[in-house]
Amino acid sequence: MYEEADMEKNYYVCTGCGLLCDDIEVESEKNIINKVYTACRVGVAHMKKAKGETNFLVNNKPVDEATAVREAASILKNAKNPLIFGLGTSTDETQILAIELAKKTNATLDDTSSFCLGPLVEALLQDKLKPCTLEDIRNKADVIIFWGADPSDSHPRHLSKHSYFPRGSEKQKGWEEERTAIAIDIRKSHTAKICGNYFFQIPPGGDTEFIDALIAALSGKLPKTSYNFPPKKILELANILKGAKFGVIFAGLGLIYSLEDLEPVFRLMKILNEKANFHLVPMVGHYNMRGFNENLFAETGYVNRVKFEDGMVKHGPEYSVVESLKAKTVDAALIIGSDPLSSLPRSVSKNLLEIPVISIDPCETLTSKHAKVYINTAISGVESGGSATRMDGTKVSFKPVVETIHPSDEAILKKIMEAV
Amino acid sequence: MTNAMELYQMLPKTNCKKCGKTSCMAFAVSLMSRELTPEDCPPLKEESKYRENYEKISELFKPSEGATETGLIVHEDLCFGCGNCVVACPPNVANDPYGVGSGKAPTNVNRLVLIVEDGIVKAQNLGECRRFGKNKILCYGCIVTCPVEAIEFV
Repeated sequence: MYEEADMEKNYYVCTGCGLLCDDIEVESEKNIINKVYTACRVGVAHMKKAKGETNFLVNNKPVDEATAVREAASILKNAKNPLIFGLGTSTDETQILAIELAKKTNATLDDTSSFCLGPLVEALLQDKLKPCTLEDIRNKADVIIFWGADPSDSHPRHLSKHSYFPRGSEKQKGWEEERTAIAIDIRKSHTAKICGNYFFQIPPGGDTEFIDALIAALSGKLPKTSYNFPPKKILELANILKGAKFGVIFAGLGLIYSLEDLEPVFRLMKILNEKANFHLVPMVGHYNMRGFNENLFAETGYVNRVKFEDGMVKHGPEYSVVESLKAKTVDAALIIGSDPLSSLPRSVSKNLLEIPVISIDPCETLTSKHAKVYINTAISGVESGGSATRMDGTKVSFKPVVETIHPSDEAILKKIMEAV
Repeated sequence: MTNAMELYQMLPKTNCKKCGKTSCMAFAVSLMSRELTPEDCPPLKEESKYRENYEKISELFKPSEGATETGLIVHEDLCFGCGNCVVACPPNVANDPYGVGSGKAPTNVNRLVLIVEDGIVKAQNLGECRRFGKNKILCYGCIVTCPVEAIEFV
């Protein structure tokens, strides 16, 4: 590849988290990344992940690629109801292939959003909530709420690149004068520390009540909570929100896990949009979880938890990764870029040990160690390219930073698809 | 960081003037402002009965060896490269409004005070820092925006 002689810099996209920062400079030599500029520590660790030789294991014994693919295909072929799970760290192209594969093998298909931010993304795709892009936020946002989210730790560049500190086209004076950052959380997180006096500490599970109190305050009533949150502070918050010209709520897992359903959020957003102008962005962690939701939604009308059966699509909580493993309704599993044995409760994940598992992952994980077939793939976004969807729904395309001998998960899925 | 009174408590308190200052309290103040170092107090350095205190004081001043001319220290073990300070630093914004000032990658690295390299903030071009030079002011831009107190001025 020839570098152009002009001053245009060669920026890469970091796929370390759902922010997909597109302004990363990298110094590399002989396919080894030496220096990374502008990326946060999470991104640097992601990009510099050292890699060994390619690994194809069947029953923990090294084999060649063709054998591993053949074995994986035969597991899927022999299964009546295989589970396909993961894909949060795969490109759109890989996800679309996985959906096709699920159709072909009558599989149950789910991703991490089913115990994460899936409901919010679904509501956004169904136009039940008002979306906006991170660029809009940088250029216009004056009131920013981090609710049950701590981007300083989960998405380190969130505040500096988009939501609080940068100057935008309509926010030229900077964060001190023109923006108000508010944190609503159960503990004083690093983000809450930056929000200073606008940190509202609520007890675990107190979100619904806080929303109701806030709605009361917004409608001019006295806000009451069972945990006696100072009404004066809630009224003060309501006044700030009423004055917002471009407000945004970043909803994190802390908020979602505390709610029975999204109804309180809809009510809050409705009244906020009567009094002011408010948008919502889910704090998506995996770099392409939202992409999976959007791709599956385009294909089936659902964002996750589906079961394909002879061309038909079924959807329901029983097809989620947790419920299908708990009820032992699946008889094989293809896990792509995820580690359910580590991340799910043992009472659920131990059922994975009873069925044949295929693990396709750039890293060795607990799941890959217990898998019947393990295929070590390229790190998506560092060693292989493609496209993905950022937390706000913006499509981002990226090219690999270095070359690799590892096959991409897309290439492997294509081969499995041909062999099934 | 400690204060001059605490330092004074650890000094010999004899007002021997060997350091060139009029009293041990004055020496403590000079220590605080980095005008003098613990080695400039001969009794403290040489006499064995002060050895423990000498080691304590030396330890206190150790981290500042890595400090820059403006006294800025980046605690690399705490910093995680969020870049809040880079985007909020007033000289950075003035020198690169459409790059770091707008939250993006730097376009004018040579005139920036703070940049993120390998996930950690790096201080450079301290001539541009508002705490430097004739018209210096006590700017706290990078400190108040840091979520983990990784930046300190000594």
